[in-house]
Amino acid sequence: MRYDFERPLKELEDQLERITLYARNNDINMEAEIASLREKLADRLREICAGLTSYQRIQLARHLDRPNMMDYLERIAEDFVELHGDRAFRDDHAITAGLGKIDGLPVALLGHQKGHDTKENLECNFGMAHPEGFRKARRVMELADRFGLPIITFIDAAGAYPGDQAEERGQALVIAENLQAMAAMKVPIIACVTGEGGSGGALAIGVANRVLIFENAYYAVCTPEACASIILKDGSKAPEMVDNMRILARDLLEMGLVDEVMPEPLGGAHRDPDAAAATLKEAVLRHLRELLALSPEELREDRHRRFRRMGVFQETGR
Amino acid sequence: MTWFSRPKRYTKLGRTQPPEAEPPKKKDIPEGVMTKCPSCGQLLYTKNLEENNNSVCYLCDYHFRIDARRRLALLVDAGSFVETDAGLVSADPLRFLDYARKVEATRRKTGLADAVICGVGEIRGRRAVVSVSDFNFMGGSMGSVVGEKVTRALEHALEAKLPAVSVSAGGGGARMHEGMLSLMQMAKTSAAAGRLKEAGIPFISIFTDPTMGGVAASYASLGDVLIAEPGAMIGFAGPRVIEQTIHRRLPEGFQRAEFLLEHGMLDMICHRSELKDTVAELLDLLWYARAALAAARAEAAKLRPRNDDVIHLPKPAAGG
Repeated sequence: MRYDFERPLKELEDQLERITLYARNNDINMEAEIASLREKLADRLREICAGLTSYQRIQLARHLDRPNMMDYLERIAEDFVELHGDRAFRDDHAITAGLGKIDGLPVALLGHQKGHDTKENLECNFGMAHPEGFRKARRVMELADRFGLPIITFIDAAGAYPGDQAEERGQALVIAENLQAMAAMKVPIIACVTGEGGSGGALAIGVANRVLIFENAYYAVCTPEACASIILKDGSKAPEMVDNMRILARDLLEMGLVDEVMPEPLGGAHRDPDAAAATLKEAVLRHLRELLALSPEELREDRHRRFRRMGVFQETGR
Repeated sequence: MTWFSRPKRYTKLGRTQPPEAEPPKKKDIPEGVMTKCPSCGQLLYTKNLEENNNSVCYLCDYHFRIDARRRLALLVDAGSFVETDAGLVSADPLRFLDYARKVEATRRKTGLADAVICGVGEIRGRRAVVSVSDFNFMGGSMGSVVGEKVTRALEHALEAKLPAVSVSAGGGGARMHEGMLSLMQMAKTSAAAGRLKEAGIPFISIFTDPTMGGVAASYASLGDVLIAEPGAMIGFAGPRVIEQTIHRRLPEGFQRAEFLLEHGMLDMICHRSELKDTVAELLDLLWYARAALAAARAEAAKLRPRNDDVIHLPKPAAGG
């Protein structure tokens, strides 16, 4: 998959592929040519990245090739055991949850599951969970809380699924219950916004001691499209909306809503998933090792204060 | 064989369709040499089936029911299991028809005291309290003895701070022959599992074919992690009762493990050949690997003064 702004790369990439293949097939050393092409490609990428508009960043966050929950799990977790089901209604494939280790430390890992193609996305509903998905997430978090295991969540969905059945089964209620449950937990919680941080569906697994976000990810009260259609009565005006909404990583850091912006490989996480995963793992472990100094009560208090201080207003004294 | 490759992310509903098997030719085969797979109809060499394939059909993956002793041998490290409460036997409290005689006959036939064996053992070196029920003993049903033994096992886990693992095969549910006393075993075992949960000690429950009624509706469903073997029948009311109630045929695969997984009632379905490793891994993640966390906590505490400014807690007042 490729966006308009990625098109100029195509020619260079094709050329690089051809030369590499040619060199291999004919057993010729063309390292110099390949290196120079790579350099050119990187230059072009740097140029493109420097000129990215805000909406193009949103598009990067939604890139079909962008590493998803499973891609990250495979790269950062050891001994992952997936746990299924909400023990009430259904196993929602929009949420992947389980137990595993990161650098030898046992943790719970859970998050929105997106796919890389239509088939996968139909199976996991583009990561947009129904109530049973959020209940599964809560169940696994409660399990972790009971056994003192830190929780690491991966946020990457346009939102909670806005469907009729989701409403019938109490989407709003379930999200609210998750927020309350997470606030009370006595283990370190680290949330990573890896792609799209969509509204209540994101926050439902995002009440954390630390919230980390990738450079090209976003975290918003609703998608720019939804915002444009509500405020401007025209969803196609989303690109103009993005800057007003201040939903990009750097905006969120400035407002103190996230704790760290993680740099992405040149051109976006999808261009080098291994490097992106390594960045993520390093950041998660660094924060985790800091948080482990806190007692269970302190962890809960820390999380409470983190959200208690949010909100901007003037007090007029009247 | 590809069972050791990465497991499928989602288990598909419904049982594997058996391959078209040729009708076996009538021949004089000595009793017990061959076993017919009830799922695909194939004749299998009993010895090969049991010794090399954990009693799983090597054609269609049908999991045969196995007795408690074989289950223990598959699950627990050789030589590590020490049985507890082996002396508990049924007392026929209701003087129910020929119950006493039936229990006696079953005990002689199976060599078991009742439908569950409990004890402490190691699973890949990780100690746990283990209880394993046996379908051959009156359908694995739960009367006073099973209820008491399971409860004592869970209590022992609580006192000794050891994780608990149960393998249930209670097709009979609560044992009719002990009437209301059997029903109350559901409350008793569930309360014991509740105490374990409160104390934060892991309980892993494994459903095997079949786990129904009072066993499914009590301790077996209360594990922190619920695992089922492929194709296991799990439910409350039996399919015959349901069909008589709703006057409809039930769909294929109803109340099978795959159906339950899709409906959110199970954490996972685990092939018998992978069960021991999975349970060991879970014991590690939920309990034994926490030593690594404790070490990391101690390390973090040393660095704490330096990190205090990045933590959202209020800083201590100067001089205080």
